Amino acid sequence: MDLFEYQARDLFQASGVPVLPGLVASTPEEAFAAAQELGAELVVVKAQVKTGGRGKAGGVKLARSPQEAAEHAAAILGMDIKGHRVRKVLIAAGAEIAEEYYFSLLLDRTTGGYLAMCSKQGGVEIETLAVEQPEALAKLPIDPLNGLDHPKARELAKLAGFTAEEAGPIADVLVKLGAVYRDQDATLVEVNPLVKTADGEIIALDGKVTLDGNAAFRHPDWAQYADAAAEDPLELRAREKGLNYVKLDGSVGVIGNGAGLVMSTLDVVAGAGADLPSQPRPANFLDIGGGASAQVMANGLDIILSDPDVRSVFVNVFGGITACSEVAKGIIDALVILGDRATKPIVVRLDGNAVEIGRHMLTEAAHPLVQLVDTMDAAARRAAELAAAAE
Amino acid sequence: MSIWLDQRAKVIVQGMTGGEGRKHTQRMIGAGTRIVAGVTPGKGGQSVVFEEDPVAVYDSVAEARQATGANTSVIFVPAAHTATAVLDAIEAELELVVVITEGVPVRDTAEFVAAAKRSGKTRLIGPNCPGLISPGKSNVGIIPPNIAGPGPIGLVSKSGTLTYQMMFELRDLGFSSAVGIGGDPVNGTSHIDALEAFEADPQTEAIVLIGEIGGDAEERAAAFIAEHVTKPVIGYVAGFTAPSGKTMGHAGAIVTGSSGTAAAKKVALEAAGVRVGRTPSETAALARSLLR
Repeated sequence: MDLFEYQARDLFQASGVPVLPGLVASTPEEAFAAAQELGAELVVVKAQVKTGGRGKAGGVKLARSPQEAAEHAAAILGMDIKGHRVRKVLIAAGAEIAEEYYFSLLLDRTTGGYLAMCSKQGGVEIETLAVEQPEALAKLPIDPLNGLDHPKARELAKLAGFTAEEAGPIADVLVKLGAVYRDQDATLVEVNPLVKTADGEIIALDGKVTLDGNAAFRHPDWAQYADAAAEDPLELRAREKGLNYVKLDGSVGVIGNGAGLVMSTLDVVAGAGADLPSQPRPANFLDIGGGASAQVMANGLDIILSDPDVRSVFVNVFGGITACSEVAKGIIDALVILGDRATKPIVVRLDGNAVEIGRHMLTEAAHPLVQLVDTMDAAARRAAELAAAAE
Repeated sequence: MSIWLDQRAKVIVQGMTGGEGRKHTQRMIGAGTRIVAGVTPGKGGQSVVFEEDPVAVYDSVAEARQATGANTSVIFVPAAHTATAVLDAIEAELELVVVITEGVPVRDTAEFVAAAKRSGKTRLIGPNCPGLISPGKSNVGIIPPNIAGPGPIGLVSKSGTLTYQMMFELRDLGFSSAVGIGGDPVNGTSHIDALEAFEADPQTEAIVLIGEIGGDAEERAAAFIAEHVTKPVIGYVAGFTAPSGKTMGHAGAIVTGSSGTAAAKKVALEAAGVRVGRTPSETAALARSLLR
């Protein structure tokens, strides 16, 4: 889960990381009031979007009065930056910047540990820097059992080219950012730029934080980060039902059990449809999980059948813990609940646990929309053909 | 032979007194696994009866190990308590610890994986995995025991259901061991660990490697295969149609920018001489042709 800059800033502030005074606004009037309250000679109006490159897109502007801040906010709010609509701006006090640095701490999947990175050249695209001047970006592996402690933070700062004298105050801030990473169950804390002001103070001028969704159970306050406005309405509805659903752009609805098998099913559907005239592709990812009940199956089918882009549905289940009889029951029940709203053909492939009973139940029910096909590949082909025929 | 698990395994179930733990203990006993104890802190001294046979519950893994000589543990405790349970098993120096639990915070996983490495005594598999099976010998986790019997194929996979699907496709040949390493971004055992073990296992004649989007584990596995594996390896990668930036069910299954794509993984594996199937059934056909 990615946070907005203002949310990262609040987390930094709460952990004692130096940040500039700032207030968030969702209207020009609020921006005016915020600039007035900050009382600074110079404020920065910053678009709050979960993507980079907002400066280039005109999403960051300086203002010398509350009136000017309101004008900039009016221009920036509603702006589209790389597909992200701006709904809020951060009004932050200006600072006299002497130098700009870079810092990040992230989960390193390759080692299973953490990786800390630091550069004296901040404020630039770090991916570009990493390619063009890799020697300017210091990297240091961090043992998860120790975290980013003071000795490691100093080591990193020195690796980045800071003198022993400079490294001290920077390490103080990095250790606090390391505490944010640990205490907030983050998988990324990035500050770009981390600045030194004319007074020699080290300040986090921007912040990017990604939180680990698996840790939500021990952070009840994360509910405030829910970003319903940015979510696909079907994805939101699926999540409320506890379903693992991702909307895609095709016409074959897919339901399966287990993330790997569902991903595989999407690929097999795309492959099966490649030589058909309209080249039907999967409309969604939907994993009903292990040990799924009839009710879960019915919920899933309900979501998929209410997607207007869907032309056919492919239910692909290999029963490990999941019993195929439960899946069959779920399909039959869902079709009763949906009644006339169910209008799209449903291709079903079942194998594994209780497969004979499941297949028998579907054969007995003989629902006109349901077709049983023996293998995954053949069923994917049938679903793709049905979607193509309905175009 | 098999890898990491055989009939000598004496297995503790951590979380045996809970609903999931009880259900799967029953299934494992039915599959012939030697379940010797349960561990639930605070419930030591109790026992759980399976088909008239009571299995004793202990407060800690160390006590259970001392009383029973157990060398393996499988963990079904909820995500909030998983780290404590894993550390308990590592401290008791069990040889094999299999973490089935899904939804473990990655900070906890990073910490207990580091602790297992530091101890040097414990092989950790998972979390968020189906466990492993050496057909005809032992089954630790939730892989259905009746899909396929013993045979010449070694299977390693991030995904549970794709493990089952592939075992089903190749049920006529059978398996030395099938290992589900889990779909989280950090896990205790990697594809490379499994490749190394299958290469050394005399029963294994061919290896099927199943990967999916996210991270670079398959790319690193490819480099390892090119250097160290002499047995034929057949690959399958799921997630070609996955969009960038979306988590596809497994916490680790995410394409970020241009990295972690299925296409890149396929290219890397093929460059290492691995035949990669487009579907699970084509992958099975490739495995069959290479064994012939």
